[in-house]
Amino acid sequence: MSAGRRRLALSGAVAIALLILPLVGNNYLVSVATLALFLAYAGQAWNVMMGFAGQLSLGHSLYVGLGAYASAGLFVHFGIGPWAGVWLAVAICSLAGAFIGFLAFRLRIAGVQLSLLTIAFAELARIGFDHLDWLGGPGGLFLPVSERSHVDLLAFRGPPGTYYYAILLLTAGALALCAFLLRRRPGYYWRAIREDEVAAQALGIDTFRWKMFAVVLSSAMTAVAGVFFAFYNNSLFPEQSFSFGRSIEIMLGPVIGGLGTLFGPIIGAVALVLLGDGTTELLAKTGVDLPGIRQAVHGVLLLLVTIYMPNGLWPPLARVLGFEPRRL
Amino acid sequence: MPLLEVEDVSKAFRGLRAVEGVTFGVEGHTITALIGPNGAGKTTLFNLIAGAYRPDRGQIRLRGKAISGLAPHRVCAAGIGRTFQLVKPFAGMSVLDNAIVGALAGERTIAGARTRALAVLERLGLSAKAHLAASRLTLADRRRLEVARALATRPSLLLLDEMMAGLRPTEIDELVGVLRNVQREEAVTILLTEHVMRAVMALADQIVVLHHGQVIARGEPAAIVRDPAVLECYLGEDAIEESTKDETKDEIMTAPVT
Amino acid sequence: MPALPYVANAVISGILTGTVYGLMALGLSAIFGVIRLVNFAHGELMTLAMYAAAAAFQGLALDPFVTMILAAVAFGALGYVLQRGFINRFIGRTEHAQMLLMIAFAIIIGNVLLLGFGPDARNVPTSYQLDSFELGPLLIDKVRAYAALAAVVATALLAAFFRLTLTGKAIRACADNPVGARVAGLPVGHLYAVTFALGAGSVAVAGCAMVQLIDVTPGLGPAYTLLAFVIVIVGGLGSMVGALLGGLVIGVSEALAGLLIAPSAKSMVSFGLLVLLLLVRPQGLMGASRR
Repeated sequence: MSAGRRRLALSGAVAIALLILPLVGNNYLVSVATLALFLAYAGQAWNVMMGFAGQLSLGHSLYVGLGAYASAGLFVHFGIGPWAGVWLAVAICSLAGAFIGFLAFRLRIAGVQLSLLTIAFAELARIGFDHLDWLGGPGGLFLPVSERSHVDLLAFRGPPGTYYYAILLLTAGALALCAFLLRRRPGYYWRAIREDEVAAQALGIDTFRWKMFAVVLSSAMTAVAGVFFAFYNNSLFPEQSFSFGRSIEIMLGPVIGGLGTLFGPIIGAVALVLLGDGTTELLAKTGVDLPGIRQAVHGVLLLLVTIYMPNGLWPPLARVLGFEPRRL
Repeated sequence: MPLLEVEDVSKAFRGLRAVEGVTFGVEGHTITALIGPNGAGKTTLFNLIAGAYRPDRGQIRLRGKAISGLAPHRVCAAGIGRTFQLVKPFAGMSVLDNAIVGALAGERTIAGARTRALAVLERLGLSAKAHLAASRLTLADRRRLEVARALATRPSLLLLDEMMAGLRPTEIDELVGVLRNVQREEAVTILLTEHVMRAVMALADQIVVLHHGQVIARGEPAAIVRDPAVLECYLGEDAIEESTKDETKDEIMTAPVT
Repeated sequence: MPALPYVANAVISGILTGTVYGLMALGLSAIFGVIRLVNFAHGELMTLAMYAAAAAFQGLALDPFVTMILAAVAFGALGYVLQRGFINRFIGRTEHAQMLLMIAFAIIIGNVLLLGFGPDARNVPTSYQLDSFELGPLLIDKVRAYAALAAVVATALLAAFFRLTLTGKAIRACADNPVGARVAGLPVGHLYAVTFALGAGSVAVAGCAMVQLIDVTPGLGPAYTLLAFVIVIVGGLGSMVGALLGGLVIGVSEALAGLLIAPSAKSMVSFGLLVLLLLVRPQGLMGASRR
């Protein structure tokens, strides 16, 4: 079989497996797969900011939280469903992203200080929302849980399968969007800016505008993840939504999978969930319950990848499978 | 009207006057060389024209329109392409992709940019290496890539910053030929700074000499090499004596021309 | 507006806590100033020290001020090995590769603590825990005063080391000019390891002091890493005096915010200050102007 045929066959097999999963798997499998896809999607969005604009955001939970609360607030207080709520979420997060981008690119706050700033903003949001009783405060915001047995697309309710297919669609969409952008002017320009910003400017590239584009796109995409998060979990707590742990979780996928690559975030998310939740499951089967083992496994995985495979898991895996790792 | 007009431009850095009252013009479709000892202000002048710095005083005009103080990417949009003294290739990208980035400045689609990029690479003799990673090129080829990339933006004026430094004589002659060809075929105007006199004499229609940030001479190459002020600043006072001897003049005048 | 004694007590309490903060931040500042390493595991190291003190008290009935000395040595050794064996290899890598390495350590340490000690809070109930000194209307907690004393002594020792010993001067030379230091033949790898050891040691002392002021949980790490960074940035990256000043500033503002606004406003103040400073004066109070 030629390399091209093999790639097609592999992609086809994966696609089919993904599509039929809810039909053949149990609820637990579906929920794990949903989590993996959520991390893959959020990681893909994060990757746009880091891989494309080169900014290490350690506070991406800010956008998840803002998006979640924006859409949930509209739903709980005004009965406005997620299809409209998502626009508000995207708008708010785009503004937040633009603000951070402005700080980074106009005021030239970079490297460590920018990463710290992103952490600080997420923390400020966490503390702030803890005091917003109108949105539930520390006690949490609860979305009215209606019947879960039938699918209500307008209010985004249904059995686990509904959410699975939704996040699958989102992830596929994110992949397609990134692939599209990478092949065109944005892809070329972002790569140039990352390689050598001064040279890029000399070739007519308005580096500020393009970096802002990446940052705002990243925050807007993450906003949608927040909306999904709100309606999937049905309850929001500032502690969880804006947590530093969540920011790290979002970042781990792309880093482990391969920064700046197209499939890296997805491979990374899969690896994280397989190894993390897999270990927890295995231990549970032997009767051992160790809180924190999941994150510890994540930490070890990050350590190993950082030391031995700094370009991530995807590039060598891709070569083995016969793909050309498309990177930024 | 000259394509580029530099009028009374000055720039100081924390009290150090890098460029002082510099005035000269560059006619369209010609090659002008900017020469002078180290620290004379050549690269500063380049950076001023390219928009990396803003002049403290004076004006820079391209086709009559002021460009002094414009951001570098706008200067490029106005029609100026530049190379850097320490080459800045997009190392992780292929040679072709490097050129495409440049070409996108003037083309709307990737396909169009690709066509332009391939044409420019052909012009600079890099077609065979189009799919190599830029990091794998030799220095001489990296210099060509710098030129190709800037040329891909379809500039009216090309600023070349010490292209010949560190090259072997055969490489210098080759690059001189390529640049002559580029100027003719692409109908661009070139302003270059250089230390390698061999290349300067082979290429320049006009030479501008800088010393301590000021223009001390301007004119055709034949006149410049005889100019006492120039000889003094390059070779020192004692050498003025030497230069009146015919051999020295002949040496400079007979640099191999391709 | 609360009565003056309350404000005064808050300020004093803030200053005392601030010295411990300062010591913690000093370790971070030294590591960043010399090795240029962003130690994202700083808070986790301190949490580890806090647990060590709690465990030593519970298991061996050791007073935390005794554990402090043992911990300083142990953490120093651990830090030396970590830098020499692991981190030195990362010196040439990109800044974010180093950050990711330390984040990995942070995750591992934090979750190993969770695995080992469970999620419940622990503290060190010493006999003098609830005593205080009375100076007129002022009430000073004994633990806070002792903790501050320990912090000040440790800081003084650190300062003396850097200023007076040969190794200390060599380290400062490395910080000023890494390439020059190498050219001059200084054993840079060893000196970096010594620096990290000192940083880890001081954070251990700070931890043993801190565990008497607050309860420890496994997830405390990130908050303190962030706090340490805030302090270092407020005081000025790379400036040791700045780290101390920053600690005092943060300590006092936290205490006052807790009193005047609300207890939960304490961390908001630190972050607010961080944001403000990064925007207005990114070089901090003591840092040299980079612009």
